Amino acid sequence: MNFFTNIDWPEIAAACGDTLLMLGGSLLLTILLGLPLGVLLFLTAARQLSANRVVNAVLGVIVNILRSVPFIILLIVMIPLTVALVGTSLGVAGAIPPLVIGAAPFYARLVETALREVDRTTIEAVQAMGATTRQIVVRALIPEAMPGIVSGATVTAVALVSFTAMAGVVGAGGLGDLAIRYGYQRFQTDVMVVTVALLVVLVQILQYVGDRLALRLTRR
Amino acid sequence: MIALHDVHKSYAGSGGAALAGVNLSVARGEVYGVIGQSGAGKSTLIRLINALERPTSGRVEVDGIDVAALGAADLRALRRRIGMIFQNFGLLSSRTVAANVALPLKLAGSSGIEPRVEELLARVGLTDHAHKYPAQLSGGQKQRVGIARALATGPDILLCDEATSALDPETTRSVLALLRELNRELGLTIVLITHEMDVVRAVCDRVAVLEAGKVVESGSVADIFAHAAHDATRRMLA
Repeated sequence: MNFFTNIDWPEIAAACGDTLLMLGGSLLLTILLGLPLGVLLFLTAARQLSANRVVNAVLGVIVNILRSVPFIILLIVMIPLTVALVGTSLGVAGAIPPLVIGAAPFYARLVETALREVDRTTIEAVQAMGATTRQIVVRALIPEAMPGIVSGATVTAVALVSFTAMAGVVGAGGLGDLAIRYGYQRFQTDVMVVTVALLVVLVQILQYVGDRLALRLTRR
Repeated sequence: MIALHDVHKSYAGSGGAALAGVNLSVARGEVYGVIGQSGAGKSTLIRLINALERPTSGRVEVDGIDVAALGAADLRALRRRIGMIFQNFGLLSSRTVAANVALPLKLAGSSGIEPRVEELLARVGLTDHAHKYPAQLSGGQKQRVGIARALATGPDILLCDEATSALDPETTRSVLALLRELNRELGLTIVLITHEMDVVRAVCDRVAVLEAGKVVESGSVADIFAHAAHDATRRMLA
């Protein structure tokens, strides 16, 4: 008996495509939102360039609240907002808003941590050259923290892979959806095995590419 | 050229004052040393001159201008006239030697950056290292990059924050010789802080001894070495 009798390869391919689309779209938007947020968290912290206790505390609380809501709850709570933003809560488009809101605060904290690792003397030196705060951020802070910023994006991408699988539960499609509908609900173990294996391969590739990129950017 | 009038500085949350009534004046073209133990307030003092720190009270003047009162744009313009080098160099690890030296020029929107960078690297003897990253250089070479970078915008003042403290004695001598040369040839006014008497002896014209946030003694290096009046100075000499 063939183990893979239940496998519908074109459907698997389509689910792969959906997962990659969800991952690519949400990762891009997560970086676009999380990077500035992380920079802001760093700059407004005590004794930093734009220290501002109120702004820092408000941002910190928002980030912490979003990070403490379990993703599966966030998915459901965000349905009205998702519909308002993209017109549907289903499919790839419907999955992206909750994925971004779930991952961006997490990525922002990773960016903040990477920026804190930048040598204080280096920032001071650039400040002493007569740089504006924007110049310090763009020309010094972000380039110096780039290996950490890239590693953070890798960690976030891997977290997003498992988020996309969860999003499958509420109708997002993708590999996670296949694993649950066929593998779990219809006891088709072979579908479960193949989809999970594909997710494992995806995570391995993400981690490998991320590590290589971070290494290439490290000049220390 | 640089004057501190009754400058006090204390930090929120810390008990004592970092500076407690400092008066100091540095003349154009001289090499002025501030010596003291760690915690004496040297590092705060030197950061007041380019407004990396603001005084709690008192005035810090450069060419008669109250530095702490400058607006953001004027302060940036002033900072381009004041180079600064650091104990830990403060180089950008993500940029090559040439790109580090070019940075202040880029920030200022200067033109003709490339020939200027070449000229500066030649000046500090690092022409062959232009395309290396800081991690590939020795401590002495890193400080030379720091100096070239600090000179990029053609400042008339150079601040040296324990610039040789991370270097071995021989490298220290060569960096100090370079500072002396820059002082003579470019008419650069240099303010340096250090905890090492040898540094003061090697390059300074005048010196102030700082202890617990106060200048306890100041004068020409020769006088201070010959007739140290204060205990703190004698301890530094011992």
